[in-house]
Amino acid sequence: MTFFLETLIGGLLAGTMYSLVALGFVLIYKASGVFNFAQGAMLLFAALTFVSLQEQGLPFALALILTVVVMALGAILIERTVLRPLVNRSQITLFMATLGLSFVIEGLAQGLMGAQVRALDLGIEDVPLFWGDVMVSQFDLVAAATAALVVTVLALLFNRTRIGVSLRAVADDTRAALSIGINLNRIWQIVWAVAGILGLVAGLLWGARQGVQFSLSLVVLKALPVLIIGGFTSIGGAIVGGLIVGAAENLAEVYIGPYIGGGITPWFAYVLAIVFLYIRPAGLFGEPAIERV
Amino acid sequence: MHNSVRRVFVGVALSLSLQTPLISLVQAAPNEQFVPLATYRVGPYASSGIPWWAGTLDYLRYINEVEGGINGVKIAWQECETEWSTDRIVECYERYKNGKDGAPVAFFLTHSTPASYALMEKGAADKIPLIDPAGGRTESSDGRVFPYAFPLLLTYYGQASVGINYIAQREGGFDKLKGKKIVTVYHDSSYGRETQAAIELLANKYGFENIQIPVAHPGNEQSVQWRQVRQLQPDWVFLRTWGVSTPVAIKTAARFGFPVDRIIGDVWAGSEADVIPAGPAAKGYQALAPFPGGDSFEIHQRLREHILNKGKSDLKDLSYFGKVYYNIGLVNAAIVVEALRAGQAHFGHRPLNGEEGRWAFEHLNVDEQRLKQIGFSGLLQPLQVTCADHEGGGAARVQQWDGEKWVLVSDWIQADRETLQPLIEAKSAAYAQEKGITPRHCQAER
Repeated sequence: MTFFLETLIGGLLAGTMYSLVALGFVLIYKASGVFNFAQGAMLLFAALTFVSLQEQGLPFALALILTVVVMALGAILIERTVLRPLVNRSQITLFMATLGLSFVIEGLAQGLMGAQVRALDLGIEDVPLFWGDVMVSQFDLVAAATAALVVTVLALLFNRTRIGVSLRAVADDTRAALSIGINLNRIWQIVWAVAGILGLVAGLLWGARQGVQFSLSLVVLKALPVLIIGGFTSIGGAIVGGLIVGAAENLAEVYIGPYIGGGITPWFAYVLAIVFLYIRPAGLFGEPAIERV
Repeated sequence: MHNSVRRVFVGVALSLSLQTPLISLVQAAPNEQFVPLATYRVGPYASSGIPWWAGTLDYLRYINEVEGGINGVKIAWQECETEWSTDRIVECYERYKNGKDGAPVAFFLTHSTPASYALMEKGAADKIPLIDPAGGRTESSDGRVFPYAFPLLLTYYGQASVGINYIAQREGGFDKLKGKKIVTVYHDSSYGRETQAAIELLANKYGFENIQIPVAHPGNEQSVQWRQVRQLQPDWVFLRTWGVSTPVAIKTAARFGFPVDRIIGDVWAGSEADVIPAGPAAKGYQALAPFPGGDSFEIHQRLREHILNKGKSDLKDLSYFGKVYYNIGLVNAAIVVEALRAGQAHFGHRPLNGEEGRWAFEHLNVDEQRLKQIGFSGLLQPLQVTCADHEGGGAARVQQWDGEKWVLVSDWIQADRETLQPLIEAKSAAYAQEKGITPRHCQAER
């Protein structure tokens, strides 16, 4: 029973790490209806920028602030050079643009900051804690607390601020939002900047765990089933989706894996996502698309 | 074309061009030996590819510029950027298998087990030796069935055997292995699964319990695997991971309280890139090293004097000089240069073709004295390749991470080739039967 509980709790906590990555996708999709293929590259770029600045001798706080500034400037650049020229184009066009963007960002990141693997120490000890007989990871607890904080901040941003209301208006109907004077370009700049900062948060936590290297951009593979299950438009859904994926893949690896050769965590999450697609195509908390015909 | 679509295409084209570095080209001439190099300086594996190719190129430059080539025959090379992608490595092979500007190809360095598998039949048909030190298909070490495949130095079975031999050494003898529990945490791929049959054989021979735990690619979250390890409480863990799955394994092991000095990493889990991201958790971690790290071997002094100090190194960041991946490139280059020397001694001082290249590799004999002459003593094991044995060495040293650098903690440990050979021969015989190959009679070819 202790082992089961440990696996379940460990899975739930690991799931919050997936949620942190998924939140960046949700934010951009919610505000612009674009599935941002470049989110993983942005995560890599943010983490690489941070460690590169630290390598130059900058203290943690200053490196963090400068990285936020870099991500904000990057967002403005992306809006000006990629999104603005494609405004009102189809979603597939924008998706393809983000696909190209991901290659550009990854190439630039390696070109500017080098391809070598870097260590990242956030000062959070990755040591076991015991709740009775059940072992949990201190690092995972910090990650879970970070995810909770991020969700709270995003909820306040979306529901309690003027910018948040504008974001929701753009997400609901871009043309209607434009017609009432909402500055779409500014909204996109803000959304991409916030998504970049979310990428930084996720990149720092994942980077501290596995090192800052190119494969950091692959953590987005963990976010896709989370999005399908939780819904592409729900911040709460990203969290719940992450918890479901984390717990399910951990339990499946232990209790089903040995019967089918093991190593099932990556694809089991997608099996789960397909099952959810059958039952709830928009995800648990996503908004079903309703079109007038 | 619609404007937006055109813009997207331009964006993608621009992005791809940004990922493609300027390739270096040394013009080949007919009296030169042409060497195609399937490099990977960008993409997911660039962190290992950059120092690896720097080691190779620095040594080839040293041979050309300091020694005047191999018996006067200069080496010309051409890089193909592959991002370590099998299809691109195959494309590189196809593009250059017939040489360049009249300079012939004597071998092709695959630098990739998947590519070695993919090219196995093409190499045999085209008569181009495929060189993959410490990688490749294990049973292809049987040169009777695989005349053009050379998994030199140490096959995957050999790596498993050296790992078990080292554990036996640490336990105080093979008899002490009986009843011990050894868990193999492996990358769930053909590379990771390659040692399973060998470890099972050794478990039956020595009486230890063999438990295999897979880690799915890319392996950036492993709490479930190490929770199982913690529950099993093994005596040792043999870590057969690759890329990001190695530092994550080391950190997760520490998180679950498993002592790092009871983990033995295999060849491809033993570079600086595997331990630096793991931070203090990696201190005490040990790994097999057919290519040890360190910059104080004799060849490093020579390279420092003739290449690095003259600003001719391919390394942009000189702190990577002597790191494990740099030394892998160096060792691989030394092996092929020595093979070409062996071939030239037989065929004359001229560039060799693929068939002659095979003869050269099958007569490669680098003993301690020769290693001393070329400055590789301690860095490369003595190597004797024959028609039947395309591995040639079968040993590795063990190195331990002290928190800042790798420290060698053993001499060369030989794999138990006698025990492994029947398994290798059974697998190569099955391959021969499947493909309708009649094994060569090596005695008759002498």
